[in-house]
Amino acid sequence: MCRLFALTSSEPVSPMRAVRALDVMREGHDGSGVGLFLTGLGGPFGELKGCPILSGILTRDGEKRLNRFMNDKGFKLRHRLAWDLPATPPEGTPRRDAYLVAAYDLPSDWRDMTDAERDLNILRTRLELKHMGLEREDMTVFSFWPDVVMVKEIGDPLAVGQYLGVDREDLHARQILAQGRQNTNYAINLYACHPFFIQGIASMTNGENTAFIPIKEWLMSSGVPGYEGYHSDSEVFTHILHYATLRLGLPLAAYKHVITPLSDADMQGHPDAAFLEQLKATCRKLIIDGPNCVIGCLPDRTMFMVQDRKKLRPGVVGGRPGLYAFSSEICGLDAAIPERDKTRDFQPMHLDTAIVGPGCEEIEICRQTQPLPQAR
Amino acid sequence: MPSNAAIAPGTLSHVDLPWQIDWTKDKCTLCGQCVAVCPVRAIELGVFRKREIKAAFGLTTTSENQYSVHYGIRQKTDPAFACIGCGMCDMVCPGDAITPRRSDEQPKLKMHANKGGAPRTRGGRRNDKGSLLDQIKFVRISMLTDPALDAGRHEFDLTTMIGRILPPEKALATFREQGWMPPVRKIYPLLIGGMSFGALSPNMWEGLQMGVAYLNEELHMPVRMCTGEGGCPPRLLRSRFLKYVILQIASGYFGWDEIIHALPEMKEDPCAVEIKYGQGAKPGDGGLLMWHKVNKLIAAIRGVPVGVSLPSPPTHQTKYSIEEAVAKMIQSMSMAWGFRVPVYPKISATTTSLAVLNNLARNTYAAGLAIDGEDGGTGAAYNVSMDHMGHPIASNLRDCYLNLCRIGAQNELPLIAGGGIGKNGNLAANAAALIMLGASAVQIGKYMMQAAAGCVGSEGDRCNVCNIGVCPKGITSQDPRLYRRLDPEKVAERVVDVYLAFDSEMKKILAPLGRSTSLPIGMSDALGIGDKDAADRLSIRYCV
Repeated sequence: MCRLFALTSSEPVSPMRAVRALDVMREGHDGSGVGLFLTGLGGPFGELKGCPILSGILTRDGEKRLNRFMNDKGFKLRHRLAWDLPATPPEGTPRRDAYLVAAYDLPSDWRDMTDAERDLNILRTRLELKHMGLEREDMTVFSFWPDVVMVKEIGDPLAVGQYLGVDREDLHARQILAQGRQNTNYAINLYACHPFFIQGIASMTNGENTAFIPIKEWLMSSGVPGYEGYHSDSEVFTHILHYATLRLGLPLAAYKHVITPLSDADMQGHPDAAFLEQLKATCRKLIIDGPNCVIGCLPDRTMFMVQDRKKLRPGVVGGRPGLYAFSSEICGLDAAIPERDKTRDFQPMHLDTAIVGPGCEEIEICRQTQPLPQAR
Repeated sequence: MPSNAAIAPGTLSHVDLPWQIDWTKDKCTLCGQCVAVCPVRAIELGVFRKREIKAAFGLTTTSENQYSVHYGIRQKTDPAFACIGCGMCDMVCPGDAITPRRSDEQPKLKMHANKGGAPRTRGGRRNDKGSLLDQIKFVRISMLTDPALDAGRHEFDLTTMIGRILPPEKALATFREQGWMPPVRKIYPLLIGGMSFGALSPNMWEGLQMGVAYLNEELHMPVRMCTGEGGCPPRLLRSRFLKYVILQIASGYFGWDEIIHALPEMKEDPCAVEIKYGQGAKPGDGGLLMWHKVNKLIAAIRGVPVGVSLPSPPTHQTKYSIEEAVAKMIQSMSMAWGFRVPVYPKISATTTSLAVLNNLARNTYAAGLAIDGEDGGTGAAYNVSMDHMGHPIASNLRDCYLNLCRIGAQNELPLIAGGGIGKNGNLAANAAALIMLGASAVQIGKYMMQAAAGCVGSEGDRCNVCNIGVCPKGITSQDPRLYRRLDPEKVAERVVDVYLAFDSEMKKILAPLGRSTSLPIGMSDALGIGDKDAADRLSIRYCV
């Protein structure tokens, strides 16, 4: 089972802190890959507000095609991360032509667009690039969004982290999601590597989603741009989060009501019973049924952890004001924030959503039996 | 056959009949119960004269004949009285002296069951033991990568929805605006399909209703039962138990006068209204209740004269197109209950099911679609309709579900599948397979007859006299002398047994798949079959 670790901090921190926590939990991943989602960036990327950052891996041909494509679209390169990699990659990690983390100015004709139109166009650009890459296998695009960097690579997380030099200041971030893979696929596909991302929303999951096929079929038939791919059954968690918060306008506390609704008995007497019954019926196809721990991050940099209804996966949240971590296992948390008050650690159970807001002041616990905050 | 009888083209020997009566003289007590109980009078008292030659020894005494007479059972060979293999003679025999035995010769009766130019009519089913549903295995077992669940201890939600579910964005907007929501019922996914008061005896119908009421009120299992086309007893219409009932309206509109008259006095809304356009056993035929069964009680409920056959037209006569038939009827039925009751059509599985489905998908008032496959049963039909007409349920349901997936309406329009579920006794496995192929619920009829009331019908053309009111178990008879054999309380007990056993077996299927919090509708990745063509056709895994 993959191991998950996430940090949310009031000040930018090094992604290596998360990678080291993964390394402590190494018994739970097989060194088949690592994925990083970084937002709330410090350094030069942090100063480029509104410029979408393209993260991916390219071949030489892919790079040429990418540059042509971006130029034709009217994107102007503002800042590109320079990689100074050792000659030999770590064992199990392929030699790549180019890792890309580059911020672009938006095309001038996008200026008059509404935020929603602009966001949709940025998403469509990423999808176009992804499809181009799949066609010729010369581009892998993880994300294209302002203030978001994603790094994914095959290999042992610690070795890959050191090889790519993720410790550098350009990649320091306030919110970090990191996953160490336990590969259960035949071949390792980078698109199956967590975290997953869509329009500022990221999540990562461990465990299997036994309701994957009906959920996937529903999402793919919904007509929402970006609901595609699904090389991993866990990608649906990100898209359900996107659907619940952005499309339905529900508060984060309602996400768990979508993926693991209350039983009918629990729902009786709930102050929002009528609404929750409606939600359960209308989102019935989005009910997950696997043993899953989900850690996610919203566009406003709120971070959270939820567990499946059966609570079959471990998960813990702890830290101190200004720095909190979400971890698969307590040893990961110990490694990252040893100075915290451990008595305040919280392990979310089957009804809980543990939330840390962008201010990193406290862990807020939403229990499904409590009233829902007002949806917008 | 008497020794001096003429042998005509229609003369058959015992061996030409599908069933032969094995009778043992030594065990027979000559009580006559078997002859009395035989529903088709296939046996009669036989008087047998016997001559024995006593050969003498020696030269002086002559040999002589000894004559004796003994009594026993004689099986008739007239096709009109052919044994149906029901085994009632065996059941009542105090000395195990008699039993029907299936002929190992290909029966010729089929070629002769058309005396007077009237083709064979019967009740029952398709009489084909083959079942594709039985071939489907559940192959995605949770194993290490995700843990299998404990079927005995875990919490399971095995309910489903009948009714139109709005898409999420529309549903939440409607909720916020307090607009009209299509009515939805949360029910148990195993329905008792439409079998009318008339097709079934009063005791059978009452037994089913009592069982359903017990399941709901004592065991909190939201089981629902459809009335079939024959109306509903007036007291039930005015009782709280109506909420467990799906009222069916079909092309004969039988019983709907009573229902309409009861409307102002109804304490509860019915669970749903099913508009029957067709049934799987005899697609393209209307319902049929033969005159034998139309007694005073049935005639009163249906609003018809006593002793006349009641054939419903093959289609709703006042409708000339799908929009009319579906849209307007759904609208009318919805209006009758103030848009508080889900209304859905039931059709025979057919290659044109998708046309109906697509029409429904655009109609907000359509609460679902019930599809009945060729393996469904019926109380009365032409043999040829049962044996040769209709479409298998599995591929028809799958096509409909995948079509809903294509248009993004797979959570909006529930599909109810029927026809052959549990035909060989594998009720839970067949139901789970159909649910994973895309059914929101399944409905059963024959299985209930067999499991809850001891119907002796089988897939081997056994009994099948539901149409002429002589059901030996009193299940489909309107003759009080016959249906007194059936204790409604015992039927109710068996209904409850069936549902509890089904529930346990469903959990034993779902738990290893790691599913518990929602019914795995469309979880086709869990299904496998050892037939490549069937796997391709159903878009499931081919496993050998």
